[in-house]
Amino acid sequence: MNVSKSPWLLHYDGSSCNGCDIEVLACLTPVYDVERFGVINTGNPKHADIFLITGGINHQNAQVVRQIYNQMPKPKVVVAVGICACNGGIFKECYNIQGGVDTVLPVDIYVPGCAARPEAIMDGVVKAVALLDQKRKKAAEQPAPDPKEAG
Amino acid sequence: MELIWRIVWVAGYVLLAPLLGGLLAGFDRKISARMQGRKGPSVWQPFYDLFKLFKKQSVVVNNVQDFLVYGFLLFIVFTGGLFFFGGDILLVFFALTLAGIFFIMSACSANSPYSAMGAQRELMQMMAYEPMVLLAAIGFYISTGSFSVMDIIAAKESAIGYLPGIFVGFLFILTIKFRKSPYDLSTTHHAHQEMVKGLTTELSGNILACVELSHWYENVFLLGVVGLFIVNSTWWSWIVAVAVILVSYFLEILIDNVFPRVKWQNMLKTTWAVTLVAGVINLLILTMIK
Ligand code: SF4
Repeated sequence: MNVSKSPWLLHYDGSSCNGCDIEVLACLTPVYDVERFGVINTGNPKHADIFLITGGINHQNAQVVRQIYNQMPKPKVVVAVGICACNGGIFKECYNIQGGVDTVLPVDIYVPGCAARPEAIMDGVVKAVALLDQKRKKAAEQPAPDPKEAG
Repeated sequence: MELIWRIVWVAGYVLLAPLLGGLLAGFDRKISARMQGRKGPSVWQPFYDLFKLFKKQSVVVNNVQDFLVYGFLLFIVFTGGLFFFGGDILLVFFALTLAGIFFIMSACSANSPYSAMGAQRELMQMMAYEPMVLLAAIGFYISTGSFSVMDIIAAKESAIGYLPGIFVGFLFILTIKFRKSPYDLSTTHHAHQEMVKGLTTELSGNILACVELSHWYENVFLLGVVGLFIVNSTWWSWIVAVAVILVSYFLEILIDNVFPRVKWQNMLKTTWAVTLVAGVINLLILTMIK
């Protein structure tokens, strides 16, 4: 049985304008109903498989994002939703913005758009889900690293 | 011969309850989704979730927590096993409480404020439902003259004939036990981002899967108790029992989707009021006529 059959996601709002967040939540409504793919919006890093971030990274949330990522059990994937999360977008030039999510985390899937459409977000999640399986397979093939070394 | 049958029942419970419990959870999600105008996941979704959780990396908060969660699973299986073996219903309910304590302790062992609050709320829930559970056991004793599940199902008349009030009261607290809104205060299936996820906040991977599995065992056992109200010495009473079980499960889903979550004070007041009115009065009348 594949991990992809049950992707639980964690949605974190970086310094988004809330536009993308509304679209993420729209995916859960009866119109789009991502739960039919088994997606659950968990809000708990320890339960999550997919880390979905909207908005860019600033100096305050950089640590938060890193900590949430570290708390998630493997395998995990990161999805950057909206152009802000991809590279800073419209806020790129602001004094407090570092840039996109990839300035602090390895991002697997970029979902463009301002705001990203629910269809695009779902497409990103489906791609992320496929990656989950790949990552799991890879981890299974490689010998498990020493937990002390891996930190 | 009888002993063999009883062992077959226990083996059936231990092996099939996860399947049945998972399917019930799957239908629950499907029916809930339809009630909300959504398509909903496949009925096998709870199994996908469970297998995934077993495959995830386990992030261990502390070893005590793992031990306590395994204890929870073990005692839930013991509770259900004893029930389907036809054992003493009082002992069954005590084992259920013990299992609950294991679960609460596991949440307490992590020093996260979320799981600590979840544990406190779970204790509050136990306080709310425990009187009714005990009343049910006493009710079975007075109506059939025995605490033994074997004797209760061999009675000439169904226990519900004597215990309509207690049956209603038991259905009422089942909402708490099934972790359904309005009484899903300590952990819930819905509001994943809120405090009410409580108890399971610090659990992940296979440990979370164990909790999920225990809930399936527990649900099947609790539905078995619902059936116990109906079953008597006739064969058709078993069919009626299954129908009643399905109807009450559907009722719980409906309640879950209709009522918003309440505060704990409200939960305590309403459950105790129902226990007092439906349970105690039923018991008083029963002692007078028996
Ligand atoms: S991409 Fe557009 S809608 Fe999304 S957070 Fe940035 S500015 Fe807002």
